[in-house]
Amino acid sequence: MTGYAKWAPLVAFILLGSALTYGLAKPETTNIQSKMVGASVPSFTLPPATAGLPGLASSDLTTGQPHLLNIFASWCVPCAAEAPQLKAIADAGVPIVGIAIRDRPEALQRFLARNGNAFRAIGADDASQVQMALGSSGVPESFVIDGKGRILQQVIGPINSQDVAGLVAAVKAAR
Amino acid sequence: MRRLLLALALVAAPVLADSDLPPAPLADTQLPDPKQEARAQALMETIRCLVCQGQSIADSNAELAGDMRAMVRQRIAAGERPEAIRAWLIQRYGSWVTYDPPLDRVTWLLWAAPVMFLVVGLLVARSSFRRRRA
Repeated sequence: MTGYAKWAPLVAFILLGSALTYGLAKPETTNIQSKMVGASVPSFTLPPATAGLPGLASSDLTTGQPHLLNIFASWCVPCAAEAPQLKAIADAGVPIVGIAIRDRPEALQRFLARNGNAFRAIGADDASQVQMALGSSGVPESFVIDGKGRILQQVIGPINSQDVAGLVAAVKAAR
Repeated sequence: MRRLLLALALVAAPVLADSDLPPAPLADTQLPDPKQEARAQALMETIRCLVCQGQSIADSNAELAGDMRAMVRQRIAAGERPEAIRAWLIQRYGSWVTYDPPLDRVTWLLWAAPVMFLVVGLLVARSSFRRRRA
Protein backbone atom coordinates (compact mmCIF):
# COMPACT_ATOMS: atom_id res chain seq x y z
CA MET A 1 0.00 0.00 0.00
CA THR A 2 1.53 3.24 -1.08
CA GLY A 3 0.46 6.80 -1.66
CA TYR A 4 -3.20 7.54 -1.24
CA ALA A 5 -4.26 3.90 -0.88
CA LYS A 6 -3.02 3.70 2.71
CA TRP A 7 -5.57 6.33 3.72
CA ALA A 8 -8.45 4.30 2.36
CA PRO A 9 -9.26 2.45 5.64
CA LEU A 10 -9.20 5.72 7.60
CA VAL A 11 -11.47 7.41 5.07
CA ALA A 12 -13.83 4.42 5.14
CA PHE A 13 -13.86 4.53 8.95
CA ILE A 14 -14.64 8.25 9.01
CA LEU A 15 -17.44 7.80 6.44
CA LEU A 16 -18.98 4.94 8.45
CA GLY A 17 -18.62 6.93 11.68
CA SER A 18 -20.34 9.97 10.15
CA ALA A 19 -23.15 7.84 8.75
CA LEU A 20 -23.77 6.22 12.17
CA THR A 21 -23.56 9.57 14.00
CA TYR A 22 -26.03 11.08 11.55
CA GLY A 23 -28.40 8.15 12.06
CA LEU A 24 -28.22 8.55 15.84
CA ALA A 25 -28.54 12.35 15.87
CA LYS A 26 -31.37 12.58 13.37
CA PRO A 27 -34.63 12.73 15.34
CA GLU A 28 -36.44 9.51 14.67
CA THR A 29 -39.96 9.94 13.40
CA THR A 30 -42.41 8.27 15.74
CA ASN A 31 -45.33 8.30 13.32
CA ILE A 32 -46.11 4.93 11.84
CA GLN A 33 -47.82 5.45 8.50
CA SER A 34 -50.48 2.90 7.72
CA LYS A 35 -49.66 0.73 4.73
CA MET A 36 -53.41 0.43 4.14
CA VAL A 37 -53.51 3.81 2.38
CA GLY A 38 -54.55 2.96 -1.18
CA ALA A 39 -56.22 -0.29 -0.10
CA SER A 40 -59.85 -0.98 0.67
CA VAL A 41 -61.19 -0.68 4.19
CA PRO A 42 -60.98 -4.15 5.78
CA SER A 43 -64.28 -5.80 6.45
CA PHE A 44 -65.63 -5.13 9.96
CA THR A 45 -68.83 -4.68 11.95
CA LEU A 46 -68.79 -2.73 15.19
CA PRO A 47 -71.69 -2.34 17.66
CA PRO A 48 -72.92 1.15 18.64
CA ALA A 49 -70.48 2.83 21.04
CA THR A 50 -73.11 4.96 22.77
CA ALA A 51 -76.87 5.34 22.96
CA GLY A 52 -78.50 7.44 20.23
CA LEU A 53 -75.94 6.80 17.48
CA PRO A 54 -75.68 3.74 15.22
CA GLY A 55 -72.65 1.48 15.16
CA LEU A 56 -70.32 1.25 12.19
CA ALA A 57 -69.65 -1.43 9.60
CA SER A 58 -67.33 -1.43 6.61
CA SER A 59 -70.42 -1.66 4.38
CA ASP A 60 -71.40 1.85 5.58
CA LEU A 61 -68.27 3.12 3.84
CA THR A 62 -69.04 1.70 0.38
CA THR A 63 -72.29 3.56 -0.24
CA GLY A 64 -70.87 5.79 -2.99
CA GLN A 65 -70.38 8.69 -0.63
CA PRO A 66 -66.90 9.62 0.66
CA HIS A 67 -66.37 9.78 4.43
CA LEU A 68 -63.95 10.99 7.02
CA LEU A 69 -63.29 8.15 9.47
CA ASN A 70 -62.07 9.41 12.84
CA ILE A 71 -60.44 7.06 15.33
CA PHE A 72 -60.70 8.53 18.79
CA ALA A 73 -61.57 7.91 22.44
CA SER A 74 -63.18 9.86 25.24
CA TRP A 75 -60.07 9.29 27.42
CA CYS A 76 -57.79 10.87 24.83
CA VAL A 77 -57.00 14.52 25.50
CA PRO A 78 -55.90 15.51 21.96
CA CYS A 79 -59.20 14.03 20.73
CA ALA A 80 -61.08 16.63 22.75
CA ALA A 81 -58.78 19.28 21.30
CA GLU A 82 -59.63 18.30 17.71
CA ALA A 83 -63.42 18.23 18.35
CA PRO A 84 -64.04 21.84 17.16
CA GLN A 85 -62.17 21.09 13.92
CA LEU A 86 -64.29 17.95 13.38
CA LYS A 87 -67.39 20.08 13.95
CA ALA A 88 -66.19 22.57 11.32
CA ILE A 89 -65.55 19.75 8.84
CA ALA A 90 -69.01 18.26 9.49
CA ASP A 91 -70.59 21.72 9.08
CA ALA A 92 -68.90 21.95 5.67
CA GLY A 93 -71.00 18.95 4.63
CA VAL A 94 -68.52 16.12 5.14
CA PRO A 95 -70.01 12.97 6.69
CA ILE A 96 -67.85 11.93 9.65
CA VAL A 97 -68.02 8.47 11.18
CA GLY A 98 -66.09 7.39 14.25
CA ILE A 99 -64.48 4.39 15.85
CA ALA A 100 -64.17 4.69 19.63
CA ILE A 101 -61.19 2.78 21.01
CA ARG A 102 -61.58 1.01 24.38
CA ASP A 103 -64.37 3.30 25.47
CA ARG A 104 -67.38 3.15 27.79
CA PRO A 105 -70.83 4.32 26.58
CA GLU A 106 -71.33 6.70 29.55
CA ALA A 107 -67.86 8.22 29.17
CA LEU A 108 -68.42 8.69 25.46
CA GLN A 109 -71.81 10.31 26.12
CA ARG A 110 -70.16 12.83 28.45
CA PHE A 111 -67.38 13.45 25.91
CA LEU A 112 -69.91 14.21 23.15
CA ALA A 113 -72.01 16.41 25.42
CA ARG A 114 -68.94 18.42 26.44
CA ASN A 115 -67.12 18.65 23.09
CA GLY A 116 -69.99 18.50 20.60
CA ASN A 117 -70.98 15.66 18.32
CA ALA A 118 -69.75 15.71 14.73
CA PHE A 119 -70.40 12.00 14.15
CA ARG A 120 -73.14 10.24 12.19
CA ALA A 121 -72.18 6.85 13.60
CA ILE A 122 -69.67 5.56 16.13
CA GLY A 123 -68.57 1.94 16.37
CA ALA A 124 -67.15 0.53 19.61
CA ASP A 125 -63.74 -1.11 19.16
CA ASP A 126 -63.18 -2.44 22.68
CA ALA A 127 -60.04 -4.45 21.92
CA SER A 128 -58.54 -2.22 19.19
CA GLN A 129 -59.05 -5.00 16.62
CA VAL A 130 -60.41 -2.77 13.83
CA GLN A 131 -57.81 -0.14 14.65
CA MET A 132 -55.12 -2.75 13.98
CA ALA A 133 -56.86 -3.93 10.81
CA LEU A 134 -56.66 -0.33 9.56
CA GLY A 135 -52.96 -0.03 10.36
CA SER A 136 -53.65 2.71 12.89
CA SER A 137 -51.40 2.93 15.92
CA GLY A 138 -52.94 5.55 18.17
CA VAL A 139 -55.66 8.10 18.84
CA PRO A 140 -56.60 10.41 17.30
CA GLU A 141 -56.14 9.39 13.70
CA SER A 142 -58.35 10.12 10.69
CA PHE A 143 -58.75 8.44 7.33
CA VAL A 144 -60.16 9.94 4.13
CA ILE A 145 -62.23 7.20 2.47
CA ASP A 146 -63.76 7.41 -1.00
CA GLY A 147 -67.26 6.26 -1.98
CA LYS A 148 -66.05 2.75 -2.81
CA GLY A 149 -64.41 2.27 0.58
CA ARG A 150 -60.83 2.89 -0.52
CA ILE A 151 -58.49 4.61 1.95
CA LEU A 152 -57.01 7.70 0.31
CA GLN A 153 -55.22 9.47 3.13
CA GLN A 154 -54.27 9.04 6.77
CA VAL A 155 -53.93 11.89 9.26
CA ILE A 156 -51.90 10.97 12.35
CA GLY A 157 -52.58 13.04 15.45
CA PRO A 158 -55.19 15.73 16.03
CA ILE A 159 -56.63 17.72 13.13
CA ASN A 160 -55.54 21.34 13.56
CA SER A 161 -57.51 24.36 12.38
CA GLN A 162 -55.16 24.87 9.42
CA ASP A 163 -55.88 21.28 8.24
CA VAL A 164 -59.67 21.74 8.04
CA ALA A 165 -59.95 23.28 4.55
CA GLY A 166 -57.56 20.73 3.03
CA LEU A 167 -59.43 17.77 4.51
CA VAL A 168 -62.83 19.09 3.44
CA ALA A 169 -61.46 19.48 -0.09
CA ALA A 170 -59.89 16.01 0.00
CA VAL A 171 -63.13 14.31 1.05
CA LYS A 172 -65.21 16.30 -1.43
CA ALA A 173 -62.79 15.39 -4.24
CA ALA A 174 -63.00 11.71 -3.30
CA ARG A 175 -66.31 10.83 -4.96
CA MET B 1 -47.09 32.44 44.96
CA ARG B 2 -44.50 29.71 44.64
CA ARG B 3 -46.08 27.84 47.55
CA LEU B 4 -49.49 28.08 45.93
CA LEU B 5 -48.09 26.71 42.66
CA LEU B 6 -46.44 23.85 44.53
CA ALA B 7 -49.71 23.03 46.30
CA LEU B 8 -51.57 23.11 42.98
CA ALA B 9 -48.98 20.87 41.36
CA LEU B 10 -49.36 18.36 44.18
CA VAL B 11 -53.15 18.11 43.93
CA ALA B 12 -53.30 18.21 40.13
CA ALA B 13 -54.53 14.93 38.67
CA PRO B 14 -52.23 13.34 36.12
CA VAL B 15 -53.49 13.63 32.54
CA LEU B 16 -55.38 10.50 31.62
CA ALA B 17 -53.73 8.81 28.69
CA ASP B 18 -55.20 5.37 29.16
CA SER B 19 -58.71 4.02 28.96
CA ASP B 20 -60.35 2.51 32.01
CA LEU B 21 -61.45 -0.67 30.25
CA PRO B 22 -59.86 -3.83 31.65
CA PRO B 23 -57.29 -5.58 29.43
CA ALA B 24 -58.67 -7.82 26.68
CA PRO B 25 -59.27 -11.39 27.95
CA LEU B 26 -56.23 -12.95 26.28
CA ALA B 27 -53.85 -10.00 26.76
CA ASP B 28 -52.36 -11.37 29.98
CA THR B 29 -53.74 -14.91 30.06
CA GLN B 30 -51.84 -17.82 28.58
CA LEU B 31 -53.50 -20.19 26.15
CA PRO B 32 -54.50 -23.54 27.73
CA ASP B 33 -52.47 -25.49 25.15
CA PRO B 34 -48.75 -25.05 26.04
CA LYS B 35 -47.62 -25.69 22.45
CA GLN B 36 -49.89 -22.94 21.13
CA GLU B 37 -48.82 -20.61 23.93
CA ALA B 38 -45.15 -21.22 23.07
CA ARG B 39 -45.83 -20.33 19.43
CA ALA B 40 -47.75 -17.20 20.44
CA GLN B 41 -45.01 -16.16 22.88
CA ALA B 42 -42.27 -16.62 20.27
CA LEU B 43 -44.20 -14.45 17.83
CA MET B 44 -45.03 -11.76 20.42
CA GLU B 45 -41.34 -11.40 21.31
CA THR B 46 -40.56 -10.43 17.72
CA ILE B 47 -43.42 -7.98 17.14
CA ARG B 48 -42.63 -4.38 17.95
CA CYS B 49 -44.99 -2.40 20.16
CA LEU B 50 -46.48 0.49 18.18
CA VAL B 51 -46.82 2.87 21.10
CA CYS B 52 -43.69 2.28 23.19
CA GLN B 53 -41.38 1.79 20.23
CA GLY B 54 -38.31 -0.18 21.22
CA GLN B 55 -40.14 -2.86 23.20
CA SER B 56 -41.75 -6.00 21.93
CA ILE B 57 -45.47 -6.48 22.55
CA ALA B 58 -44.53 -9.30 24.94
CA ASP B 59 -42.64 -6.81 27.14
CA SER B 60 -44.91 -3.79 26.92
CA ASN B 61 -47.61 -2.64 29.31
CA ALA B 62 -49.22 -0.36 26.76
CA GLU B 63 -52.90 -1.03 26.15
CA LEU B 64 -52.43 -1.43 22.40
CA ALA B 65 -49.68 -3.98 23.07
CA GLY B 66 -52.14 -5.89 25.29
CA ASP B 67 -54.73 -5.82 22.52
CA MET B 68 -52.10 -7.03 20.07
CA ARG B 69 -51.19 -9.94 22.39
CA ALA B 70 -54.88 -10.82 22.63
CA MET B 71 -55.12 -10.74 18.83
CA VAL B 72 -52.06 -12.98 18.44
CA ARG B 73 -53.34 -15.53 21.00
CA GLN B 74 -56.85 -15.58 19.49
CA ARG B 75 -55.49 -16.28 16.04
CA ILE B 76 -53.00 -18.90 17.19
CA ALA B 77 -55.81 -20.61 19.13
CA ALA B 78 -57.89 -20.53 15.94
CA GLY B 79 -55.11 -22.44 14.20
CA GLU B 80 -53.46 -19.64 12.25
CA ARG B 81 -49.71 -19.93 11.58
CA PRO B 82 -47.47 -17.35 13.34
CA GLU B 83 -45.88 -16.28 10.04
CA ALA B 84 -49.34 -15.55 8.60
CA ILE B 85 -50.06 -13.26 11.56
CA ARG B 86 -46.70 -11.55 11.11
CA ALA B 87 -47.47 -11.05 7.41
CA TRP B 88 -50.87 -9.59 8.32
CA LEU B 89 -49.20 -7.06 10.62
CA ILE B 90 -46.49 -6.19 8.07
CA GLN B 91 -49.20 -5.59 5.49
CA ARG B 92 -50.66 -2.95 7.82
CA TYR B 93 -47.67 -1.39 9.54
CA GLY B 94 -44.76 -2.23 7.24
CA SER B 95 -41.58 -4.18 8.05
CA TRP B 96 -41.11 -1.75 10.89
CA VAL B 97 -43.45 -3.80 13.10
CA THR B 98 -41.31 -6.94 13.11
CA TYR B 99 -37.96 -7.47 14.84
CA ASP B 100 -37.24 -10.13 12.23
CA PRO B 101 -37.33 -7.95 9.13
CA PRO B 102 -37.71 -9.71 5.78
CA LEU B 103 -34.80 -9.58 3.32
CA ASP B 104 -35.73 -6.96 0.73
CA ARG B 105 -34.45 -3.97 -1.23
CA VAL B 106 -34.07 -1.85 1.91
CA THR B 107 -32.70 -4.42 4.36
CA TRP B 108 -30.19 -6.45 2.29
CA LEU B 109 -27.33 -4.27 3.56
CA LEU B 110 -28.03 -5.47 7.13
CA TRP B 111 -27.06 -9.00 6.12
CA ALA B 112 -24.42 -8.07 3.55
CA ALA B 113 -22.50 -5.50 5.65
CA PRO B 114 -20.76 -7.98 8.04
CA VAL B 115 -19.54 -10.08 5.13
CA MET B 116 -18.37 -6.97 3.28
CA PHE B 117 -16.45 -5.73 6.33
CA LEU B 118 -14.85 -9.15 6.76
CA VAL B 119 -13.69 -9.20 3.14
CA VAL B 120 -12.26 -5.67 3.41
CA GLY B 121 -10.49 -6.59 6.65
CA LEU B 122 -8.95 -9.71 5.10
CA LEU B 123 -7.71 -7.70 2.11
CA VAL B 124 -6.14 -5.06 4.35
CA ALA B 125 -4.55 -7.69 6.59
CA ARG B 126 -3.20 -9.64 3.64
CA SER B 127 -1.57 -6.64 2.02
CA SER B 128 0.02 -5.40 5.25
CA PHE B 129 1.41 -8.86 6.13
CA ARG B 130 2.80 -9.28 2.64
CA ARG B 131 4.58 -5.93 2.83
CA ARG B 132 6.17 -6.80 6.18
CA ARG B 133 7.56 -10.08 4.88
CA ALA B 134 9.05 -8.48 1.78
